[in-house]
Amino acid sequence: MIPWFVVPGLFLVAYGAYAGLFVAPMDYQQGDAFRIIYVHVPSAYLSMMTYMIMATSAGIGLIWRIKLAHAVAAAAAPIGAWFTFLALATGSIWGKPMWGTWWEWGDPRLTSELIMLFLYFGYMALRGAIDDTAKADKSSAVLALVGAVNVPIIHFSVEWWSSLHQGPTLVRKGGPAMDTAMLYPLLAMILGFTFLFGALLLRRVRAEVLYRERRTRWVREMILSKGT
Amino acid sequence: MGGYGAYVWTCFAMTVVVFVICEWRARLRQRRVYRDIEVRIKALGDTQ
Repeated sequence: MIPWFVVPGLFLVAYGAYAGLFVAPMDYQQGDAFRIIYVHVPSAYLSMMTYMIMATSAGIGLIWRIKLAHAVAAAAAPIGAWFTFLALATGSIWGKPMWGTWWEWGDPRLTSELIMLFLYFGYMALRGAIDDTAKADKSSAVLALVGAVNVPIIHFSVEWWSSLHQGPTLVRKGGPAMDTAMLYPLLAMILGFTFLFGALLLRRVRAEVLYRERRTRWVREMILSKGT
Repeated sequence: MGGYGAYVWTCFAMTVVVFVICEWRARLRQRRVYRDIEVRIKALGDTQ
């Protein structure tokens, strides 16, 4: 099933990157620096989407006691942390030529995104600190659910408070604030990143489920059948 | 890139690196789990 995500993902990312770097016209204010948007926005979107997947799965696992849901949450966390880091790093690199600074502590968008990175770290550290899988699932699920409050704060921070960060570009009243020549590569990158994320998540969920079920007969039989 | 090449290319390169790391870590985790289960099966076979 993984190739079904990887192939369209790579195709979309290749198109989006090529069109974003070489075809889309440069921004009249930011010049070519705006092209960072083609990796910054998809990674920021994925960082929030992954957190929502993690928190929703953790909540489902907590309420309905579905072990697979906890496995999905545990598998999503490291991927989410990497994309949050990428969103912060590319945002910081974009900020230097545009704002004249790598980082601004008073900015609500930057700070709330950094808090999300710490929430991912906290979630993974909590899981790692508890040997009993069932207890680790419960404790980390509570943390994931509490931390979900941060996601709408990140999204609306640029509207609620005064921020160095620009306002919404895609999701806003009156439609996207971009020309289609700039918009289509961005949409392709967002969709491509989502497909590749799906492939990464599937691979990690498979490993997580096998680890949790390592003492069961079906896993033993599966491994033996692969070995022969 | 109008003087912004270093910023733009660094961001794209970082993105590739993050994807490669994510894929590599996922494969590594999967290999470790498989090896762990194989060792367990072998140990069970030795005791039986």
